[in-house]
Amino acid sequence: MVYFIADNIVSPLGFSTTENFDSLLRANTGIRIISDGNLYPEPFPASMIETDILEKAFTGIPAEASFTRLEKMLILSIKDTLSKTDIDIRSERTGIVLSTTKGNIDLLDPEKSPEIERDRIHLWKLGRLITDYFGNPNEPVILSNACISGVLAINLAAGLIQQGKYDHVIVTGGDIVSRFVVSGFMSFMSLSPAACKPFDKDRDGLSLGEAASTIILSKHKTEQTNLIFKGGASANDANHISGPSRTGEGSFIAIKKALAEAGIGATSIDHISAHGTATVYNDEMESIAIDRLGMNKVPVSSFKGNFGHTLGAAGLVETAILLTEMKCNLMIKTTGFNELGVSRDINVVSETTNKALNTCLKMASGFGGSNAALIIQKA
Amino acid sequence: MEELMQKLKEQIIEQLNLEDMEPDDIGVDDPLFGDDGLGLDSIDALELIVLLEKEYGIKIENPKDGQKIFFSIRTMAEFIEEHKK
Amino acid sequence: MMEQLKIKTYCHIKNHQIFVDGRMVFEVPEAGSLKEFLKLTFKHFKPGYAKFYKMDEISKLGFMAAEILLQDKPYSKRQPEDTGVVLSNAHSTLVTDNQFQESIRDDQNFYPSPSVFVYTLPNIMIGEICIRHGFRGEQAFFIFENFSANFMADYINQLFLSHKIKTCIGGWVDQTQESYEAFLYLADGSEEEGQQYKPHTGNEIERLYNLIK
Repeated sequence: MVYFIADNIVSPLGFSTTENFDSLLRANTGIRIISDGNLYPEPFPASMIETDILEKAFTGIPAEASFTRLEKMLILSIKDTLSKTDIDIRSERTGIVLSTTKGNIDLLDPEKSPEIERDRIHLWKLGRLITDYFGNPNEPVILSNACISGVLAINLAAGLIQQGKYDHVIVTGGDIVSRFVVSGFMSFMSLSPAACKPFDKDRDGLSLGEAASTIILSKHKTEQTNLIFKGGASANDANHISGPSRTGEGSFIAIKKALAEAGIGATSIDHISAHGTATVYNDEMESIAIDRLGMNKVPVSSFKGNFGHTLGAAGLVETAILLTEMKCNLMIKTTGFNELGVSRDINVVSETTNKALNTCLKMASGFGGSNAALIIQKA
Repeated sequence: MEELMQKLKEQIIEQLNLEDMEPDDIGVDDPLFGDDGLGLDSIDALELIVLLEKEYGIKIENPKDGQKIFFSIRTMAEFIEEHKK
Repeated sequence: MMEQLKIKTYCHIKNHQIFVDGRMVFEVPEAGSLKEFLKLTFKHFKPGYAKFYKMDEISKLGFMAAEILLQDKPYSKRQPEDTGVVLSNAHSTLVTDNQFQESIRDDQNFYPSPSVFVYTLPNIMIGEICIRHGFRGEQAFFIFENFSANFMADYINQLFLSHKIKTCIGGWVDQTQESYEAFLYLADGSEEEGQQYKPHTGNEIERLYNLIK
């Protein structure tokens, strides 16, 4: 069995999962209007960590060298997660998986952080920095697979433990809001001019966010948790490189395979944490996949109204919230959602509700037609 | 207008990487999108929006407007003429 | 005996040369750039795929490697859900990243290109391969400093053992400003009478990868 033993979120809503969860209970959002000409010529909404809060949290942390914004976020996240367990990060039996779409992409600008070596733009170098900092002897595994990276990383970590390669795997991930990424999404005209509205009839695009998040999986149970990895899979739409399949093909296949691995049917799912980016096409596609699997009544949430779309961190941030929901048997209402605006009748969580959550599903989709699914259960 | 349409053809071939295509291969009234025409897709539509801004200083706020404007070379040229005044 | 994956075929693209199962099948030593080489490769192998020209160079490289790997091979006829694509490299999409960066560098000449941006994710090349061949199985893109045959073997074997795929393309497709290389292989669980197969192990994958220097 593979257990979820600890987790953390570093975001504008807090630097621990508990802080973030409490923020979500109050329907807080990290999304605000950002006016920074270095990031984009016009103001735009995004969820960004206040730099001085990040710096303050990082003071007092032993550092021989300079770290980038993303590296600080990741280090803080891993540190906090580790503090909740007694696993040995220096052991050969502890693996590290890093999930990120663009890493230190801001280093492409030669004027940005000139004291940092440019080769830290290489994701493998970023991974090494993490393992070196924490004294882990293994080569880090870096997953860079668009917005499904986080969920895929959890599936990979579970596989590594099941194979007997490691006893514990620290899955960490993060992405920053950068000029590169903001400009790119703006050119796709896929950003909402306001905070995003997942599954809503007035939804008009996504909001970007930055975060780091860490989840530790282990073959050993702890007293604090009985949540296990039950199944996970990925699948490609084979349709278009940026638009999702109109029939939710890849999403459907990924969920089906995850259910098969879990040895359960769709009727066993108590709650779904969808990808829910609030673009017209993504949310519609997910509703089709959910409908095809007959999960119309299953309460489904998106947390992107609180965190924005945190790209490589998304799968981890949102799974950490899902894990907490399961521990509390509580489903948080989807911030930004008011009225259903997809063609299929699905049950979006519109009020924070108690429910016995024994088996839950996490969905993710990303550019390149990628889709992933993960099933978590109480042991 | 003729000159503009010719220039547009060249710019589109360049901007959208329509390799092995010559301006003469594109009829001014041929539909640019869909299987009957040049077979351009949604990313091409976004590139055309960039082209309009970069080369002609015209900004399109709503991508949905693109469907009418980018129907053919002629509709594009007409739109540009109208908005350049 | 438990079914195991075997390596059925493999392909290298390097130094403007293309090899299938260790034999050279095409070369253009006089081609100047990767761009030029890829154009000539496309014209030679004639996949007849108009969208090829929209891709960035690394996606074209991965696409052609898969195209040549799978040409005339029966394994591509598996069920869509049963074929996986697992690729890796060291530099992600750095060359394309720099291209996009150029379009946003100057505030006075600020025109971010969506068709360039979409290719600034390394898994897009997997998307292109899947679209072309209709593959709907597992997919993942990993970044390593150097090609990790052991990791690739373990990961894909695990996918096979947990019944998520029956066939898988694995490999390494990398590009920098100065150089490029592609190495793809196809692993499948089936066996034909009297055929000798290479086992899908880290050692064997490493050996095949190093066949072409």
